Amino acid sequence: MLRFTLRRLVLAALVGIAVSFIAFMLLRVSGDLAIALAGEDASPADVERIRQEYGLNRPIIVQYGEWLWRALRGDLGRSLFYPESVANLILTRLPVTLSLAGMGLVVAIVIALPLGIVAALRRNTWVDRTALGIAVIGQAMPNFWFGLLMIFVFGLALGWLPISGSDSFAHFIMPAITLGWFSAPVLMRLTRGGMVEVMTSDYIRTAHAKGLPARVVVLKHALRNAIVPVVALCSVQFGNMLSGSVVIETVFALQGIGYLAWEAISRRDFPVVQGILLLVALFYVVLTLLADIANAWLDPRIRRG
Amino acid sequence: MSTPVLDVRHLAVQIPVADGVLHAVRDVSLTVAPGETLCVVGESGCGKSLTSLAVMGLLPSTARRTAERMSFAGEDLLTITPSRLRALRGNRMAMIFQEPMTSLNPAWTIGDQLTEPFLRHGKGSRRQAVDRAVQLLERVGIAAAGRRLVQYPHELSGGLRQRVMIAMALMCGPDLILADEPTTALDVTIQAEILHLLAELQREMGMGLLLVTHDLGIVARVAHRVAVMYAGEVVESGPTVTVFNDPRHPYTRGLIDCIPIPARSRPGVPLGTIPGLVPNLVGGIEGCAFRERCAFATAPCTRTVPVSHGGDGHAWRCVLPEGVPSLLENPA
Repeated sequence: MLRFTLRRLVLAALVGIAVSFIAFMLLRVSGDLAIALAGEDASPADVERIRQEYGLNRPIIVQYGEWLWRALRGDLGRSLFYPESVANLILTRLPVTLSLAGMGLVVAIVIALPLGIVAALRRNTWVDRTALGIAVIGQAMPNFWFGLLMIFVFGLALGWLPISGSDSFAHFIMPAITLGWFSAPVLMRLTRGGMVEVMTSDYIRTAHAKGLPARVVVLKHALRNAIVPVVALCSVQFGNMLSGSVVIETVFALQGIGYLAWEAISRRDFPVVQGILLLVALFYVVLTLLADIANAWLDPRIRRG
Repeated sequence: MSTPVLDVRHLAVQIPVADGVLHAVRDVSLTVAPGETLCVVGESGCGKSLTSLAVMGLLPSTARRTAERMSFAGEDLLTITPSRLRALRGNRMAMIFQEPMTSLNPAWTIGDQLTEPFLRHGKGSRRQAVDRAVQLLERVGIAAAGRRLVQYPHELSGGLRQRVMIAMALMCGPDLILADEPTTALDVTIQAEILHLLAELQREMGMGLLLVTHDLGIVARVAHRVAVMYAGEVVESGPTVTVFNDPRHPYTRGLIDCIPIPARSRPGVPLGTIPGLVPNLVGGIEGCAFRERCAFATAPCTRTVPVSHGGDGHAWRCVLPEGVPSLLENPA
């Protein structure tokens, strides 16, 4: 298990470096940053001055090396708009997004796991079909629209929940449900599929033959095997929620990094965009690593791989 | 005679399939006395595995089970409550399956799976469960038993896994073990070892053993009594010696003629074969199911064949008045 973890750590570090390179390059190939910074109607002399000032005239690999070296020490540059460093800016906004995505994932799991298990156990009954219906609705509905619908019903019509801002726990309820609801169907389908397959396996028959009650057979013997791919997907979904929060944070005006990214893109604040891009990418790397480790813990056969 | 540990009368199992109802088990009556080994033999698809699953209440959910009587140590399995059945399973009656490779849960250690029935049925503390698991693993011939407890099924060979399954079935000291072709999936050399082990343990612990197999060679060595199944019915049953020496059903005779006997089967002389195919059991069968393949079939075989009885519990389902001669050219 320890060797497995170490090997995965090294692999994750390599992926992290590759990802940082892509994050850096993507922004460079999207257009001449000097022109973008100076503005459309700046004089060529001004553009050239900015190019010198920001070091944009040097070879790109040198620029990347310098940027990476600084980034490793936590220096992501300064925002072009806010009088703050990018790192600071992101750090103050990050807790909002992390709480949102965390709550969203909890909502998704709380919806998906029980529904998926019950649908698998009551396969081809009305229970299964109802669960499937919920899944289809959840997947078919754009999350910003679902968010707006919630704002309308619970925020405006009923007045139960605040509709914008990130000051209290109550502010997170609707955004978290919106995010979670959208992610739940795919988790539910995977849980159901896994459980259906596992429940017909020989070792489930063995578990019954031992005289175990149905609850133990399902939760101890079946779920542990069925949940392995679900854990992996959960980490991907969490990553999607972090990046998908751009839309939700905008809808609910939550001051997280999604909202920050949206602002930065519209203001061409490229150091901020780059920083967020790198951060989100690294989140995926870390999440994949955690999912791998969790899976190895759940399924001993993976540990050898 | 003491109460049989297992008493099944007129068991039938029907499974709905795409083109009708499969009468997989049509009329099976069996008894296993305490400390007795009953072998159920027959070819693939004759319903012998389903019979053992029916006793454990482990049939697939679509299957329908009916019987005139099905009791375990005096307890009626037809009307038993689910919780009472759970209290018997894995405790007083245990099962060993055909597929050791897939019958253990890949996500839990051997130790966890071994101690589980012991703890579930309240046989003692965790410490006692572990002690018993080690002791039984050693008894079924697994070296370094203590170290095996923390291993996972994928780290063990098929033969070892089946030994673990046997140890698991023994954890609570059952009155009856149902073994459903426990050696089919294993290497030939391991097969004999496992069967000897089972027979030994059966004697040692005085359990009833219902051994499902398609290998008559095994039957001759370990069974007290034998029940021969064909197309969902018991066609002949009785003490092993009687059935082997004086088979009354042509199918039993056919199976016996198929066994090569070292030093007696002559080189070059073909072994016996049974011509034809097993009948389709969808929709049910009138009369003797074997008549299409039988050299002695006559008109009465198309009607329901009554069960005839011999002296020592020997019973057969055939209209032939005398025994069946061997059809081999040079019977040994």
